[in-house]
Amino acid sequence: MPIDFSLNGSQHSIDAPSDMPLLWAIRDIVGLTGTKYGCGAGLCGACTVHVDGKAERSCMVSMGEVAGKSVTTIEGLHPEGEHPVQRAWRELNVPQCGFCQTGQIMQAASLVAEKPNITDAEILEGMRGNVCRCGCYQRIVAAVRHAATGI
Amino acid sequence: MLSYLPDHLLPGAREAARRVLIAAVDRRSVLKGGIAAFALGLFTRPSGAFESYPTGGLQMPRGIVADPLVFVSIDPDGTVTIVAHRSEMGQGSRTSLPMVLADELDADWSRVRILQAPGDEPRYGNQDTDGSRSLRHHIQPMRQMGAAVREMLRRAAAKSWGVEPAAVTVEFHTLKGPDGQSADFGELAEAAMAELVPSFEDLTFKDEAAFRYIGKGEVQITDLHDITTGKAIYGADVRLNGMKVAVIARPPVLGGKVKSYDASETLAVPGVERVIEIAGAPAPVNFLPLGGIAVVATNTWAAERGRERLKIEWDDGPHASYESAAYRAEMEEASKAPDKIFRDQGDVPGAFAAASTIFERSYYQAHMAHIPMEPPVAIASVTTDGCEIWTSVQSPYGAREDVAKDLALPIEQVKVNVTLLGGGFGRKSKWDFAIEAARLSKAVNAPVRVQWTREDDIHNSFMHTTSVERLRVAMDDAGKVTGWHHTSVAPSILSTFAPDNGHQFFIENGMGHVDAPWDVANIRCDNAPALAHARIGWFRSVSNVPRAWAVQSFIAELAHELGRDHKEMLLELIGPPRTIDVATAGMPEDFWNYGEPYAEYPIDTGRLAHVVEVAADAAGWGATLPEGEGLGLAVHRSFVTYVAVAARVRIVDGQIRVPEMHFAVDCGFAANPERIRSQMEGSAVMGMTLALNSGITFADGRVQQSNFHDYDVARADNFPEKVEVHIVPHPFSVHASGIGEPGVPPVAPAMGNAIFAATGRRLRDLPLGTNV
Repeated sequence: MPIDFSLNGSQHSIDAPSDMPLLWAIRDIVGLTGTKYGCGAGLCGACTVHVDGKAERSCMVSMGEVAGKSVTTIEGLHPEGEHPVQRAWRELNVPQCGFCQTGQIMQAASLVAEKPNITDAEILEGMRGNVCRCGCYQRIVAAVRHAATGI
Repeated sequence: MLSYLPDHLLPGAREAARRVLIAAVDRRSVLKGGIAAFALGLFTRPSGAFESYPTGGLQMPRGIVADPLVFVSIDPDGTVTIVAHRSEMGQGSRTSLPMVLADELDADWSRVRILQAPGDEPRYGNQDTDGSRSLRHHIQPMRQMGAAVREMLRRAAAKSWGVEPAAVTVEFHTLKGPDGQSADFGELAEAAMAELVPSFEDLTFKDEAAFRYIGKGEVQITDLHDITTGKAIYGADVRLNGMKVAVIARPPVLGGKVKSYDASETLAVPGVERVIEIAGAPAPVNFLPLGGIAVVATNTWAAERGRERLKIEWDDGPHASYESAAYRAEMEEASKAPDKIFRDQGDVPGAFAAASTIFERSYYQAHMAHIPMEPPVAIASVTTDGCEIWTSVQSPYGAREDVAKDLALPIEQVKVNVTLLGGGFGRKSKWDFAIEAARLSKAVNAPVRVQWTREDDIHNSFMHTTSVERLRVAMDDAGKVTGWHHTSVAPSILSTFAPDNGHQFFIENGMGHVDAPWDVANIRCDNAPALAHARIGWFRSVSNVPRAWAVQSFIAELAHELGRDHKEMLLELIGPPRTIDVATAGMPEDFWNYGEPYAEYPIDTGRLAHVVEVAADAAGWGATLPEGEGLGLAVHRSFVTYVAVAARVRIVDGQIRVPEMHFAVDCGFAANPERIRSQMEGSAVMGMTLALNSGITFADGRVQQSNFHDYDVARADNFPEKVEVHIVPHPFSVHASGIGEPGVPPVAPAMGNAIFAATGRRLRDLPLGTNV
C-alpha cells in the first residue's frame, strides 16, 4: 500500500515496504541524492534529514514511521541554498571531500533551531553523532557557532 | 541533477565545436613545446620568473601531458574551461590545479569552469591520484599551459589589430593594444585556438609578485556550493534508467571460496531479481574482485535484505587461522632475527660491540582500515557498444584498463567517468568494486550499482599493514649515539601483487626506514619476513605511519633515559644542516625517494630541523604545564615534505584529550595555503583517530570489527580542538612537495610523547586506546 508523506514541501505517495529505511526511499525511489549512506546503523550521521523539523538518521527511520509526516532533506533546507548554516559552511570553507557535509548541515540546522543561544559544549555534544573522516571538525564547530551567533 | 558530469553524459554541441578548433592546429608544435621540453629539461632561459625543474611525474605511467589544447578551451562568451584530470577526494586538487593554470593565463576565476576528465591517460597523462603527487607533479605543467594559452591569445590579438605581439598586454581576462584596443578573452577565443601552441622557449611567465590566486589561499573549492546544497555528485549519485542495485556477500577470509549456497529465501524478498555467483581471483589477487554471491535487486534495501537471507557455506582456504595476537608474537620473534639488510652505513656490529650502553625498544601497530565516509561504490552499464562506468576512484585509467581486460573488451570500448570521491585515503586507488559492477551489468544486461555497505568496507578492505618496529642504538661513554639499528617487520603490500616472500620492498623501505636522516656514523636498516594473511594495501601515509610512530617515540624515550630534553636530543640526532649524501650513506641501490629525482628533492636536515623549531616554539616548548597536561613533539619527512607536530594533551578523568596541536610544514612553494591548512587540520584528526581508535584485529581469519560502533573515529566531542598550521614560506623555485599525506605520520608519536609527559606512562602499541 502506498505511503503518503510530505517531502521538501510537496506530497509524495510512495510504493515501498513499510520497513524500508527512509534513506533508501529518498535515494532509490524519489531520486534525491543529497542524503548520503555512510553506515546504515545510525552511527555516522551522513544520512541526517529532518522529520517534522527535527534531525533524524534516515537510515534508522522506516517508511512506516514517516507516514503522514513532513520530511526535509538538504535539497529542501532552503530553496537557494542560503540557510544560515549553509552560508556559514561556505564562509568558513568547512568541507574537504564533502560527503558527510549534507548530514552535518542538517544536524546543525536542527541544533541551531532548537537552541538559539547554543553554547560550545552543546555544539560539541550535538554534533558528536556526525562523523567526518576528513577531519573538518574544527571548522564544523566554528561554522555552527557562526550560524547560531554570528561569531 | 548531474551538474557534475554533463559533458561526459551528453556530448553535445560544445564538444563538437571544440573539436573543430583543435583539428585546425599543427600538433607538432605542442609536442615540441610541451612534452619534449619537459623531458629534455631545457630550462636555462634567464627569465628569472619561472625556472622549470624535473619531477618524478615524467616517470609515472604515461607521464605528463602539457598540451593546452587538451586542457583548456575558451567559449565565445569568455568562459574558460579547464580540465581537472586528477581525482578530487578532499585534498583540493580539482580546484588548485585549474587555479594555477587560470592565474598564469591571467583569467578571471569567476569565469572559469572546471570539467572532470574521464580515465584517459594517453590523452591527459598520468591520472593516478595517489602519493601526494598532484600539485608537485602538475603545478609546472599547469603554469606552462596557462602561459601558452595567454601567448596564443596575445598573438591572435596582435594579428587582429595589426600590431606586434609584444605590444599586446594581457590583464585579467582582457587583452589590450597599444592604441586603446581592448578585447575580452571570448572575443579572441576562436582566433587564439587557431594559433600554433608556442614552444616553451617562447613563453613568458608571471613574476611571483603578480600572482593573483597562486599562493594566496583565497580561492574557494569549486564544489563548495554544490556540496553544501546536496548537488555534488559522488559515486552512488549517478542515476541511469533501469539501473539495478547489487550487494555482494564476499568471502570473510582472504582466499576463501563459496562451497555451496542456498538463495531460495533471498529470491523470495520483494525487489530481489537475481542471485549471481562472482568468481574470486587466485592469489595474488591484485585489484580483482574477491568473489562471492551477488544479490541484484531493484533497490538497495531489497538487495541488503536479500543478502541477509543467503545461506552460504564457505571454504575458508589457507588463511583461516589468522589471529592478531599470535601473529604479533610471531612478528616480535622475527624482529630479533632480521635476515635482509636494506641499508648498511659504516660498521653497525662494530658500533654495538664497542658500545658502553645499548638502548632498545619495540613498537607495534595493528591493522587499520580506511573507512572513507563514502564506502566503495561503482555503477556500470554494459551494452553491445561496450562498458561505461561511473565511480569514485583515484585512478580511473587503471580501472579502465582492468575492466577492459576483465570483460575482454578493447580499451576504446570502456569509459570510466570519475565522480567526486567521498574520501579516498588509498582505498579508492583499488578498483575491485568497478570490476564487480562491470561483471554484474554484463550478467544482468542492465546498468548496475554495486554498493558496499560499511560492514563490507571494514571486513573486506585492503588492510593497512600491521607491524613491529624494533629500534636499537649504541652509545659511547659520553652518551653520544654511535650506532642506529632499525628492524622493520610487516606483511608487505607486494603480497597483493606478487608471490609473497614476506619481505618488504623498496617503496615501503623508503618510507621512514632506510631514509633515516640521523647524524650517526653507523646505520643499519633491515627486515625479517612476515607472510600476509589479509589483503594488504596502502592507507594514507602508508609505511610512514608505523615508522614515524616507532622512531619518534623511541627518540623521546632515549632522551628521557639519558635525562635529556627531547627537542635537543632530536636536533642533535638530526645534526648540522646538510643534504644526506645517498652515495656514501650505505643506501640500497633501489632507494626510493617518493619517485622524485634526489637532486631536486634531497633529504635536507636543515629543513627537517627548522620545522622542529617552528612547531616547538609555537607550542611553547619548555613551559611548565598544569597537572595532567603534557606537550609532545615529533617530526617526519614523507612525500618529500617536512612536518613537525607539537601536541598538547590533557588527561580528563582518564580520557585523552588534545586541546592544541601545532603543525610546522615545509612543503616547498605553497600553492594553496588554505588547502594546506585544511589538510593539516584533517591530518590532526585522522592522526588522533589512528593513535587512539584504529585497530583492526583478526580471529579465525576474519576481521572482528564491522562498523563505527567497534571501529570508531575521533568525533566532534573529542578532537584536536585548536590546530594551528605554520607554513614555512618559500619562493616558487623551492619545489612544491606533497600535502595530502605527510601531515599524518607525526601526529600519533607527538601524542604518545605528550601522554608520557602528562602521565609518565609510555605507550608503545597503536592504537593506544582512548583512555589512560
